[in-house]
Amino acid sequence: MNNLNETLIPKVGVITDVRIDTPDIKTFRVVTTDGEKAFDHRPGQCAMLSVPGVGEAMFSITSSPTNEEYMEFSIKKCGCVTDWLHQAEKGQQITIRGPYGKPFPVDDVFAGKDLLFIAGGVGLAPLRSVINYCRHYRDRYGKIDIVYGSRSKDDLLDYQEIIEEWQKDEGVNVYLTIDNPQEGWDGHVGFVPNYVKELSFDTNKVAVICGPPIMIKFTLDGLCDIGFDKTDVYTTLELRMKCGVGKCGRCNVGAKYVCKDGPVFRCDELEELPDEY
Amino acid sequence: MRKCSLDKLDLLLGEIAKSNELYLPVDDSDGSAVYKKWEKGTALSDALNTVRSPKDFFFPQTENLMEFKMQGKNIEIIDTRSELEDFVIFGVRACDVKSFEILDRVFLSEPVDSYYAMRRSHGVIISLACTRPAETCFCKTFGIDPASPSGDISAWKTESEIFFEANNEKGEALLSSLGALLQDCDNEAVEAQKAKINAIMDKLPLKNLTTEGFGGGKTAELFDDPHWAELSEACLGCGTCTFVCPTCQCYDIKDFNTGNGVIRFRCWDSCMYSDFTKMAHGNNRLTQKERFRQRFMHKLVYYPENNDGLFSCVGCGRCLAKCPISMNIVKVMKTIGGDKGE
Repeated sequence: MNNLNETLIPKVGVITDVRIDTPDIKTFRVVTTDGEKAFDHRPGQCAMLSVPGVGEAMFSITSSPTNEEYMEFSIKKCGCVTDWLHQAEKGQQITIRGPYGKPFPVDDVFAGKDLLFIAGGVGLAPLRSVINYCRHYRDRYGKIDIVYGSRSKDDLLDYQEIIEEWQKDEGVNVYLTIDNPQEGWDGHVGFVPNYVKELSFDTNKVAVICGPPIMIKFTLDGLCDIGFDKTDVYTTLELRMKCGVGKCGRCNVGAKYVCKDGPVFRCDELEELPDEY
Repeated sequence: MRKCSLDKLDLLLGEIAKSNELYLPVDDSDGSAVYKKWEKGTALSDALNTVRSPKDFFFPQTENLMEFKMQGKNIEIIDTRSELEDFVIFGVRACDVKSFEILDRVFLSEPVDSYYAMRRSHGVIISLACTRPAETCFCKTFGIDPASPSGDISAWKTESEIFFEANNEKGEALLSSLGALLQDCDNEAVEAQKAKINAIMDKLPLKNLTTEGFGGGKTAELFDDPHWAELSEACLGCGTCTFVCPTCQCYDIKDFNTGNGVIRFRCWDSCMYSDFTKMAHGNNRLTQKERFRQRFMHKLVYYPENNDGLFSCVGCGRCLAKCPISMNIVKVMKTIGGDKGE
């Protein structure tokens, strides 16, 4: 019996690094006890992390599949499992299983296209995987525009990487914004959806949005206002999950299960689902 | 086809129980039927409509998945899965047998749920044609014939005899092992029994209920139906319907700290509960109307959309009998579907 594969049984993972990103987001580096990556994944896929006795929860894998050494998870402190993880130190073991869900279509739909990534707050976490994948295979894609906003400068995730790496890349433009003026910030101030409209991108590109549900909604409306077609806009959803394989019933919306049919959806596909996500 | 006289049934069950754990519907002290393990003298209930469905045999209400031992920062995962004994469930109604097919499509689709698959492979199902359909029964609405149940072995009970037909190798192996207790026979008495069952079914109050108006692809049409509000208004969100339902398969995974480690187990959950979809950033189903709608849309629209039109209801009638406010899938189907009641 025990040689039968069982998806609900995880592997042991080790936290090998903890980076403090913002006052409530930390990025955890995870490998197996052998020091290897727990499994391969595609950009946009997720993993179930657990702290036995505390609980198990689904997180997007923020590191790119091109990173062959470890996986990273940017996690906001907002519940039982995440509170516990935030007090964990290097060397702490957790459990990990996955990968789960449908990835971004980076090798077909995105290939050869100009790309526009739009993120709000911790919504950058799932997009960082695909952004870094596209940066790694730079010649496969056209121009890359990234619009990223957060409450304040201190709440911008991956700020060092954005400044030191993304902004220096040929053909990559990063547009940062924060909600309210702040001392020491001479960049743009305002909400992401409005900023996207102001930037008035040409519409011959694929857009990817991730952030709080309200931000996704207004940004999508804004993109449609400037002429984007919903078939060219992707997003990634988050619902409560337990199994990760479409059986426990929790993330069911319409005939879809966000854990296996998503979390990545094209916005016209989303429109066909009942408004329950 | 093989048969045995009813006065030898106890001997026959005893023979089956020699090499298998045997479970069958038995009359409980309060007059209802429940599945119990057979012991010498245990009598099969005339009412096959057990209070709890037989889904427990394959998908128990709670089951341990694995254990963890923790020491300092280290974790050890212990795979606690072990081999099961073979078991036989005797006296399963046609509707309940059909529910296994509905659960199979969830748990045996890739990636296979090994806990369910193991129980399924060790269980032999001996169905039994309905002996006492209830007023709450509507299996025929879902194309189920209560007089011709499937399973590994089908059985029919008359006033004096019980008849068996194996439907696959697993069933044939069991019947063959019973040797001289069974004798070969023709199917004349069974055909007569089928006609008798169908005559009863034709008199049941829900005989004209149809699935018209439901099925895959109906989400846009039915999701915003104004009747969901009034139908769900009195729903207490108690979840009884989901617990007695043979096809409800939603589950939760939880950890239990034993003081000496952690046991991770799963247990039935219910889409009727307010915290079912509650997460850190909010809840996508805030009202009982939304939760109520989810249950019926899943059974009548979403599940069929993903499963070749198969509905996730078998008309067993348990939710009709047990709902404390007498709300049920029949009222939903009559109000929202094509059959507006008669």
